Amino acid sequence: MSITDIQLEENLAHHDDHHDDHHEQSFISKYIFSTDHKMIAKQFLITGIMWAVIGGGLSIIFRLQLGFPGADLSWLKPILGEWIDAEGSIDPEFYLALVTMHGTIMVFFVLTAGLSGTFSNFLIPLQIGARDMASGFMNMLSYWMFFLSSAIMFISLFLETGPAAGGWTVYPPLSILSDAIQGSGGGMTLWLVSMVFFIASTLLGGINYIATVINMRTKGMSFSRLPLTVWAFFITAVIGLLSFPVLVAAALLLVFDRSFGTSFYLSEIFIGGEALPNIGGSPILYQHLFWFLGHPEVYIVILPALGITSEIIATNSRKPIFGYRAMIGSMLAIAFLSFIVWAHHMFVSGLNPFLGSIFMFLTLIIAVPSAVKAFNYITTLWRGNIVFTPAMLFSIGLVSFFISGGLTGIFLGNSALDINLHDTYFVVAHFHLVMGSASFFGLMAGVYHWFPKMFGRMMDKTMGYIHFWLTFVGVYLVFFPLHYIGIAGFPRRYYAFTNFDAFSTFGDLNTFVSIAAIVTFAAQFLFLFNFFNSIFRGRKAPENPWNSNTLEWTTPRNPGHGNWPGPIPTVYRWAYDYSKPGSDSDFIPQHIPLSQTPESNFPHEEELAKSEVISEDNGAHESH
Amino acid sequence: MFELIIVVAVVLIIAIVYTIFRVTTLIGIAKGDSTSKVPSNNKTQAMLMVLFLVLGIFGFFYYSFGGLEDSFIQPIASKHGVKTDFWFWITMAVTSFVFIFTQILLFGFSYKYQYDENRKASFYPHNNKLEIIWTAIPAVVLAILVISGWKIWQDITGPAPEDAYEIEVFGYQYGWSFRYPGRDGKLGDYDYKKIDDTNQLGIDLKDRASHDDFVSNQLYLPKGKPVLLKIRARDVIHSVYMPHFRAQMNAVPGLPTKFWFEPTKSTDDMRTETGNPEFKYELVCNKICGRSHFGMKAIIIVEEEEDFKTWFKDQDAFLKLNPEYLSQVPDDLKEVAIISSELENNEINQSVGNTNSSF
Ligand code: HEM
Ligand SMILES: [Cu+2]
Ligand SMILES: [Cu+2]
Repeated sequence: MSITDIQLEENLAHHDDHHDDHHEQSFISKYIFSTDHKMIAKQFLITGIMWAVIGGGLSIIFRLQLGFPGADLSWLKPILGEWIDAEGSIDPEFYLALVTMHGTIMVFFVLTAGLSGTFSNFLIPLQIGARDMASGFMNMLSYWMFFLSSAIMFISLFLETGPAAGGWTVYPPLSILSDAIQGSGGGMTLWLVSMVFFIASTLLGGINYIATVINMRTKGMSFSRLPLTVWAFFITAVIGLLSFPVLVAAALLLVFDRSFGTSFYLSEIFIGGEALPNIGGSPILYQHLFWFLGHPEVYIVILPALGITSEIIATNSRKPIFGYRAMIGSMLAIAFLSFIVWAHHMFVSGLNPFLGSIFMFLTLIIAVPSAVKAFNYITTLWRGNIVFTPAMLFSIGLVSFFISGGLTGIFLGNSALDINLHDTYFVVAHFHLVMGSASFFGLMAGVYHWFPKMFGRMMDKTMGYIHFWLTFVGVYLVFFPLHYIGIAGFPRRYYAFTNFDAFSTFGDLNTFVSIAAIVTFAAQFLFLFNFFNSIFRGRKAPENPWNSNTLEWTTPRNPGHGNWPGPIPTVYRWAYDYSKPGSDSDFIPQHIPLSQTPESNFPHEEELAKSEVISEDNGAHESH
Repeated sequence: MFELIIVVAVVLIIAIVYTIFRVTTLIGIAKGDSTSKVPSNNKTQAMLMVLFLVLGIFGFFYYSFGGLEDSFIQPIASKHGVKTDFWFWITMAVTSFVFIFTQILLFGFSYKYQYDENRKASFYPHNNKLEIIWTAIPAVVLAILVISGWKIWQDITGPAPEDAYEIEVFGYQYGWSFRYPGRDGKLGDYDYKKIDDTNQLGIDLKDRASHDDFVSNQLYLPKGKPVLLKIRARDVIHSVYMPHFRAQMNAVPGLPTKFWFEPTKSTDDMRTETGNPEFKYELVCNKICGRSHFGMKAIIIVEEEEDFKTWFKDQDAFLKLNPEYLSQVPDDLKEVAIISSELENNEINQSVGNTNSSF
């Protein structure tokens, strides 16, 4: 069946409200070249999970090196081959390749594509009441671009000269000169090609998310009634759309410098026994361009996770989210400010100190909306009636990490203090807590929470609990100690620390961290088992297992193409009518008209209820 | 053998996990978990939250104040370092307070407001006053921190004092060299195209100021005097990082950078202070630069100013050690060059070779 056929059929389904059972689709159009947002979301999720296993695995290999320097790692030879030398040590250059690939994979492939790709796709149409994305075809293209990008990055791991090895930020000249490091040869070329496809994928997805949110909200779903998840995905997509193209520009200039002899980033370099002819370029230019994307990128990673958390914390506290408008306001503020703080990554790069001052002020302003969000989450818990589902636990964990990691940002944003902290393990601790772990917990929370709607079955709770506690404690044990060695000045991206008297006392600490990392990584297999096992053998899920208000829970257990078999429900209220005074039930879903709940309406809602026009088919889904 | 143990362990763990899984599923079904609104072990989770909070805070204090702190706080050896450390610890006090306070609220509320059938959550969607308060307080606290940071930043990055010693720091894969201005107190020009096996720094001998410049592979600094480091790189970006001096600046090819500071403790002072007779200041490369990034270091030697001056006088100019480079000096400057580099009484030294043979 060709793609146009599928779309045709879909359109038919849209128009024919009573068209319940779809034609059997072929395997290919259903599972591979699917244009259904739900299937695409699952494709992103599963690809993301695969990347997470690879990215996490890489980190375990380099943690072995750091925690057990000099240990015989010959047993890794079957996987790593020549990268393990005769004495069983990892090649120092390969160590750098490992950290580079770990960073790239985690930031882009897991926490950008895996998180936004999964939940923006899955939740936007379901929560705003749309049958699918604005363009199912573009959406499919977005996934396949990501797949292509993934394939290229994956292949680069197996090059003889190794994958890119200049750090995930790939600063030139290191990333240009293959004389300086082998990974800057073929590995770096594939990195660049892969990232171009990745960015194309992100843009295709982002345009779609934005168009869908603006144009396809169901009747009554005004912006001020949108669940915070959708707000977060929407703002994330806008940030991505504005910042990713700049990375393309930076990468393009890098390609020119690498392959066509230009001097955008190169100047006065002597390497490999000869002076290069390039004059007049600036490596700092690249850093500006990179971080113009790079800083917004960290919010692209965290905002969807915060959106997911807002939803889950409200649902499971059985309480409205505290400060709905403040949450939106702070997200908008963060989005805006995230574009004007980038140079805080460059305080000691040789940047003009005056610029450093400006960026210090702007950076510390961005901490304010972040603080507001944290306080709002905590207040949402206050006087709630909290149900600890695994998703809820992961959301609470996220808030804990977001606070711990965000606070260290206050040190780093202060340029005078950053002089001594830049590029040390203090920074590593900061961003692994605030970005890495917090977003990862958002991803996990989302999976546990929406699994029933994705696969029509429940995940096992007990395993979820064990998974949570092992991971939560594990993450703190891994990343918290890194602050201490960071304060001592231990530099990041070091293969070993035995060369320096100042750092050689941290052997035990490093061993401890490595063991914690291995245990935490191992705990993820519990999740993997639970996830895949539950897809096939989990208990069948009820339609609305968490008694939640948002529209996705009004769909049948396994929503088909078009999401609602009947008409799309109309929305009459915001998403957070939990434990409303006067109401018997502790939740009132968005599609319940105010006129049906006179006992719990506030005076202004009473007014609204009078003017409410209730569409005839409302509640049609309930008959299913 | 090791491999075998790992394989067996993995198999065992999988088996145990699977058994747990089966058992809990059965128990869950027996308890009717699937129908109840709240997980049967909601209470356990709430207890674990509190347990985590208590153990976590205990661990935090133990680790931070239990006597281990000496190993991760490097003694300060520069003037500005005292100020930055002061504000570092102020920031630490403020953030630690917020950290503990918010985590107590987070886990405390989780415990206190765990599900109870007989209670209803309070519908509390917003409170403008509260929100204004917790926007304003962080804003004020941050403003104080920023302004103090900004003042220090301006002092640190402002122009170096007139009497600062100028020293060139040159980073390359994988080491550092240092060039001193010689008697004239001025560093001569350089040109990266002049770099070769001997003239590793690309000293440009067309410039008179360069004739008496000398090169060292250890960084000698005078105690109690400002020093201005002029920083360059040969191949890729490196970073001049000196943890004890709380000093860092990238070394960027094609873009000279600088950093000035005042060392306050000589290496001997530090030996006394730390009780470690082997103590050495280290200069660390702190920007990923390739294979041996982790080994790219130089020793820093801080001496009393008198000793530093003596050392300084005893060094031989690059030109003196490498007289063949006289050919690069323009003809009209040759005579001056011979005098300023003290080349005339040099015959004996020549055979010794140059001090940079460690390149
Ligand atoms: C409270 C507000 C925050 C402030 C003031 C802040 C400040 C900073 C600063 C100044 C740096 C550069 C440190 C250095 O390299 O010396 C940094 C690094 C970083 N931050 Fe934050 N940050 C904040 C929150 C966040 C959030 C929310 C995220 C992500 C979700 C994040 C992710 C990162 C990452 C990934 C890096 C390291 C990038 C790298 O060098 O590889 N930060 N932060
Ligand atoms: Cu940033
Ligand atoms: Cu270096």
